[in-house]
Amino acid sequence: MQTLALAPWLVATPSLGAAILLLAGRRTDRWGHWVGVLASAATFVVGLVMLLDMFGMAPEERVAHHTVGTWVDAGALHVDLGFQIDPLSMTFVMLVTFVGTLIHVYSVAYMSHDLDRRRFFAYLNLFVAAMLLLVLADSYLVLFVGWEGVGLASFLLIGFWDHERVNAVAGKKAFVMNRVGDMGLLVAMMLMLATFGAVDFETVIGASAQGAPGASQAVMIAIGLMLLLAACGKSAQFPLQAWLGDAMAGPTPVSALIHAATMVTAGVYLLVRSGPVLEAAPDAQLVVAIVGAVTLLFGAIVGCAKDDIKKTLAASTMSQIGYMMLAAGLGPVGYAFAIFHLITHGFFKAGLFLGAGSVMHAMGDTVDMRRFGGLARLLPVTTITMGLGWLAILGVPPFSGFYSKDKIIEAAFMGEGWRPWVFGFAALLGAGITAYYMSRLFFMTFAGRRRWASDGPDAPHPHEAPALMVWPMIVLAVGSAGLGFALNVGDGFVHWLEPVVGHTEHHEPVLPVWLLIALTLVLVVLGAALAFRQYAMSAVPTTPPHAHALVRAARVDLHQDDVNEALVMRPGQYLTRALVYSDRTAVDAGWLGLAGGIGRFGDRLRRLQSGYVRQYAAQTLGGLAVIAVVVWLLSGQVG
Amino acid sequence: MSSGFPWLTVLIAWPLVAAAATALTGVGRGRPSAGVVRAGRFGAGAARWVALVGALVEVGLLVGAFLAFDTTAAATYQLTETYRWIPALGASYAVGVDGVALLLVALSVGLVPLVILAAWHEQGGDRSRLRRYLATVLVLEAFMVAVFAARDVFLFYVLFEAMLIPAYFLIGGFGQGSQRRYAAVKFLLFSLAGGLVMLAAVVALYLQVPVEQRGPQTFLTENLIANLAASLDPTAERLMFAAFFLAFAIKAPMVPVHTWLPDVAENATPGTSTLLICVLDKVGTFGMLTLCLPLFPEASRWAAPFVIVLAVISILYGAILAIGQNDLLRLIGYTSVSHFGFIILGIFTFTALGISGSSFMMLNHGISTGALFLVAGFAIARHPRHSQRIADYGGLRIVAPVLGGTFLVAGLSALALPGLATFVSEVMVFLGAYGRWPAAVLVAVPAVVLAAMYVLLTYQRMFTGTPSADVANVTDLNGRERTVAGVLIAALVVLGLVPGPALDYVREPGQVSVELVGATEPAAATTQETTQGTTEGSEQ
Amino acid sequence: MELTNYLGLAAILFAIGSATVLLRRNSIVVFMGIELMLNATNLVLVTFARMHGDITGQLLAFFVMVVAAAEVVVGLAIIITIFRARRSASVDDVNLLQS
Repeated sequence: MQTLALAPWLVATPSLGAAILLLAGRRTDRWGHWVGVLASAATFVVGLVMLLDMFGMAPEERVAHHTVGTWVDAGALHVDLGFQIDPLSMTFVMLVTFVGTLIHVYSVAYMSHDLDRRRFFAYLNLFVAAMLLLVLADSYLVLFVGWEGVGLASFLLIGFWDHERVNAVAGKKAFVMNRVGDMGLLVAMMLMLATFGAVDFETVIGASAQGAPGASQAVMIAIGLMLLLAACGKSAQFPLQAWLGDAMAGPTPVSALIHAATMVTAGVYLLVRSGPVLEAAPDAQLVVAIVGAVTLLFGAIVGCAKDDIKKTLAASTMSQIGYMMLAAGLGPVGYAFAIFHLITHGFFKAGLFLGAGSVMHAMGDTVDMRRFGGLARLLPVTTITMGLGWLAILGVPPFSGFYSKDKIIEAAFMGEGWRPWVFGFAALLGAGITAYYMSRLFFMTFAGRRRWASDGPDAPHPHEAPALMVWPMIVLAVGSAGLGFALNVGDGFVHWLEPVVGHTEHHEPVLPVWLLIALTLVLVVLGAALAFRQYAMSAVPTTPPHAHALVRAARVDLHQDDVNEALVMRPGQYLTRALVYSDRTAVDAGWLGLAGGIGRFGDRLRRLQSGYVRQYAAQTLGGLAVIAVVVWLLSGQVG
Repeated sequence: MSSGFPWLTVLIAWPLVAAAATALTGVGRGRPSAGVVRAGRFGAGAARWVALVGALVEVGLLVGAFLAFDTTAAATYQLTETYRWIPALGASYAVGVDGVALLLVALSVGLVPLVILAAWHEQGGDRSRLRRYLATVLVLEAFMVAVFAARDVFLFYVLFEAMLIPAYFLIGGFGQGSQRRYAAVKFLLFSLAGGLVMLAAVVALYLQVPVEQRGPQTFLTENLIANLAASLDPTAERLMFAAFFLAFAIKAPMVPVHTWLPDVAENATPGTSTLLICVLDKVGTFGMLTLCLPLFPEASRWAAPFVIVLAVISILYGAILAIGQNDLLRLIGYTSVSHFGFIILGIFTFTALGISGSSFMMLNHGISTGALFLVAGFAIARHPRHSQRIADYGGLRIVAPVLGGTFLVAGLSALALPGLATFVSEVMVFLGAYGRWPAAVLVAVPAVVLAAMYVLLTYQRMFTGTPSADVANVTDLNGRERTVAGVLIAALVVLGLVPGPALDYVREPGQVSVELVGATEPAAATTQETTQGTTEGSEQ
Repeated sequence: MELTNYLGLAAILFAIGSATVLLRRNSIVVFMGIELMLNATNLVLVTFARMHGDITGQLLAFFVMVVAAAEVVVGLAIIITIFRARRSASVDDVNLLQS
């Protein structure tokens, strides 16, 4: 590949942007945001050039490495700074830079009143750089650099408005929970080095693909589960999902880029990339599928009860990534569809978030959907773009979601034994619930009566956003509408990924495909109709009505925070306090006691020194006598 | 006996010259007769410049030493000089550095000018006191360089104890806490307790050398290694190991002999803490690596499980206690307990990867914790009451963004964020240690989450939220402070992105240490399987 | 002549001297006790020198005499100074060094 040497620039360009904006400081305040946009756009162009080059090659030649040099080399560890250029990584490069650039443009307008707009763009560029390093790395260690880098960018951006303590807390929570997952990746690398003697993809995945000779099944399961733990942290999967809702404290473009389109899908990337490792450990693979299925229902249920427009979308993201994880856990049949759904989801979810941002912009930063209503006439463009996203996520043909999500549902119904039935129906049920909560969001926002105060000093004056915000939304809406169809032509996308994820024979689901499509559509229509009846036809109370236990639980994320608090946080706090206390009163006091004891002993000895000359003389004489006797006895013994 | 220019002796002697010059600058001009006071003040203020220039010249000398050092033979002592000192005792003035020692010398020499810059307005504006402080810092620098360069166990011991003198005065005489004298005495007693036990072992070491092999250079490290190998009695070896290890563990500081550290960190100035915890305490881990392992290989292997348990406890204990602290400087002190646990864990893996990682970490921890201490000092200097309580701050990032940014980066390096140097070394230690002590490492891994907690919780409490009334009007970092923080952060970033050149200094010493301790590298499971397969095959 | 008699005499002298030092309070008398002990020792040294036909012991006795003379000079001066200051020559009154 001729353009292979460009790979480092994909990471270097946005890094450079971030470095300029952070180091030059306030001097760049006036034009800094354009530097950010430019860096992101330039990266997209570099990626596009490489992609076009890749198109011109035979499929089997599309997998290539570019090694810049040795990164870490000591003892048993040798890691190159290398880039993995293949259809999978290039797909991500395109998603990240294209959606990223659109969101950069959107942010220019969205953040125009913020004094710290330059810093915001610096962080966005930092994120793009880290995310690209994550997907381009050719070893787990380099991937880990990007992995934690996106975590850092996420922390910085969630807490961007850190004059509000809650935002800072949300950022910290995200980082700490991500670190729990990172721990998994760290342990996975230890296991890999101990098992395969390396942490690069070529060795680890290559050996796994041949059934990992020499590695015990237990080790492979452990590696698989550790990778899953990492993925759960990053992709907000059960049981590490609690940070995603709070992460909505960040500015909306951040939610769109990081917490919907790209970073949170890194876990799916990791698992698909490590496919052969998981295939070598079917038990771990099953756990991946179970986690995916649980999360997709969990997120969907939570989404139904939220009144905060961004938190509803966050719950939806969680649920949609659950679909991707489920697909990744299904093995080779699911990999391509996981990535397919990841791409379409990146477009329609980013579009939905940007739409939500536009609504918030119009409504004076209100996020409570119970205070929206009837916005369709006032915000026509937003309504249409969000509407396309809504249809896409519902999986209504011919919009994007139909091609990607329905394939996952189809794949979930493949296999033997109990699995297709459990996973299949979970996916199917999820589709119905998704239709309900997304329609609820759409109708609560755009349909019905207006529920905001239309007069008074603080009353919002809903208006369409400026062009810089509208155009990215339109582009993403077009993607939501047509991307699925475009990528599905002749199974193009699946074939495109084949050099990486391998070719799989077509399996038949346990139920006929037409029936699955029909069932899905029926559930979707039912869900949407229910939402229409509740939120478009009838009046929506402006305060959450009393509801039954499930709804109340869903409103507080099914008590996940409480569980975390009871199981981890509280015991941790008690342990901390106990240790701080005992460090002073036991450990330190022990040493001080020892020192004090020696001091007291010295004090006793001091009393022997009376100051009377004759006493000293007597002691001397007595001592002399004792020595004489001892010497005499000893000499007697020896003699 | 010396080869070429005596770089190390010059590196040891120059700070003493600079210290003398600093101490004498402006003396006698500060008499309180009205007209001269100004001149006197000027004189005492000029002492800062003398100290700074002196320290920078030392950095220049260090560059010379680096150029004279051959990295392709990083495991052998280079720049060696040997002179007779006390032939009757077998002690000689022998200096020389391998790659690890050279990096630690570099750490000492590199941090001193930054500490001097950071202390520019310290000591409550009393410039004559500041002059004495800076002179003491330079004296300490000479001792630090010497102790890392010492190639003779007796010389090492003498310097190990002699360092306590300037350190004692830095804590007790120039500290900023109300309990600085208590902290200084505590530091001295802990260090002396370990040092004297070590002295007994040093004597025993001499006695263990067969009479016919004693000579004027008995205490030379390489002679001891060669002469003791055959004759060492296992029980005596273990006892001597224990004595050396105790001294080093106290210095390192390792749980449960760490309790002097938080008190020192709380009461000393941030600059002093930087030198003490980031450089001086490395003598502990450096001693474990260069004395305990090669001198007592059998005992090291025998004690390793016990040491590993203590190291893992240190890692977790230090991190948890850091989370629970209210005092900013105490908190940083406890984070070091955790990090030193990592270093010790790496050393006792007896794998080239782990030991190289630990050696690299000794350097990185110095830079990263130094950055944290010094930037914390800048924050404290801005508080109207110079409060060290975390709760007295809030919203600092909004009023002083550069201060916030540098603190955050320093903190991120403490939690070993990839891209910063500490990450490379921590991963090396983790990966190296897993091959030898998988269970211990798995217990220690949650420390990465705890580290995120203590760093980000502190950042959140001090730097985010609405600025509290006390700090609402503080100014951001000035050029001098930006230089200090910038140099350290740049070092962390460069070493984190391009660790290769630094690893060249620690890679071979790591391998040699494994050979000296007589351990075999754990092989990867798959390769192990194949070798087993071939041996089985050959047997059949 | 039986040389052991000299040793017996020396032992008796030493016992008298030490008893004087331990039992008497007057510092002048204590001093005399010390002198007695020193001379007892001298006697032993000379006796053994004679016994072994080696002159070293006699030599040492001379050293002891010289040092004792010097010591008497300094010691008496101190005692007189203390007596002047405190109007007492009792050794039990002089315990300033204690605590």
